[in-house]
Amino acid sequence: MNEFLLIAGIAVATMATRIPVLLWLSRRKLPKGLFRALKYVPGAVLSAIIFPAVLLADGKLALQADNAPLAASVIAALVSWRTRSLLLTIILGMITLFLWKALSPA
Amino acid sequence: MTSRSKHHSVIRAAMLAGARDTFPLLVGAWPFGLIFGALAVSGGFFSPPGATAMSALVFAGSAQFIAVGLVAAGTPATIVILTTFVVNLRHMLYAATLAPHLSKLPARWLLPLGFWLTDESFVVAAKHFEESRSDKNKHWYLLGSEIAMYSNWQFVTWLGILAGQQIKDPQSWGLDFAMVVTFIGMLVPMVKGLPTLAVVLVAGGAGLLASGLPNQLGLLLAALLGIAAGVSAELIWPEPEAKP
Repeated sequence: MNEFLLIAGIAVATMATRIPVLLWLSRRKLPKGLFRALKYVPGAVLSAIIFPAVLLADGKLALQADNAPLAASVIAALVSWRTRSLLLTIILGMITLFLWKALSPA
Repeated sequence: MTSRSKHHSVIRAAMLAGARDTFPLLVGAWPFGLIFGALAVSGGFFSPPGATAMSALVFAGSAQFIAVGLVAAGTPATIVILTTFVVNLRHMLYAATLAPHLSKLPARWLLPLGFWLTDESFVVAAKHFEESRSDKNKHWYLLGSEIAMYSNWQFVTWLGILAGQQIKDPQSWGLDFAMVVTFIGMLVPMVKGLPTLAVVLVAGGAGLLASGLPNQLGLLLAALLGIAAGVSAELIWPEPEAKP
């Protein structure tokens, strides 16, 4: 398929998830229970992305000490918990990752 | 000050607040955008104009990454398009969450706000919307956040595309981890009580168990289980800062 047809298809597939629900639901009220459930969406999606990205390597649990992303994630979570600062979390998390990689035996 | 210029300064303040609150996420998007641009063109999977068009028209980091990965694996175009649709389904939940705060707006407002809706602007706006009392100017706040994200994304993928013609192996720098650490910094402050803790543990655990499912379906399933856990836990232990 032509490259630009493919990109147009991906663009339409993306917009189909963004625009119609916004148009539809801004005109009516959601049931209260559903609204309560929706506040948990961001945390649930983020957790479902983070845990496998950090704890799995090739589909298996990777809890050993040379898992640099795991060490950096623990530090990042602690920094975020104590400071609530996103920038500081990113910076210290990335520094931990690079140091851990550099210092752990290959 | 006339009432008209006062109105303008209120709008400007709302847009600037949206952009300012999005700033850490703009920084977080840099490694993503750089790597996307570099991967898309360095392997020859997309032409530089094609990668530029994808950032301009799709504007969804994870979908763009996955599209490059699938094209690299020789996946047929229809499957690429379907997969990006599934990966993007979470936007429906975002739109449903924001929509009650954007009621009474005409379609000429909702179309661009929807077009530019991303994970980052959603998280920033959902937090702000829940804390502010009046619905006035919420659309300006969201617009400020979205325009900041969009222009940042165009610029940084363009840099990545330029670099992609030089760099050989961008992922080996460990920069893909920048996404994860950004998400951790967004997630931790959301945990305010037992229900949100249940959401994190159940969605995370289910995400581990379901990671083998194709097309990121494991992600959707894990997120739904996490939401169900939060709603159930809330019945037993109400969130400390729960609103009526």
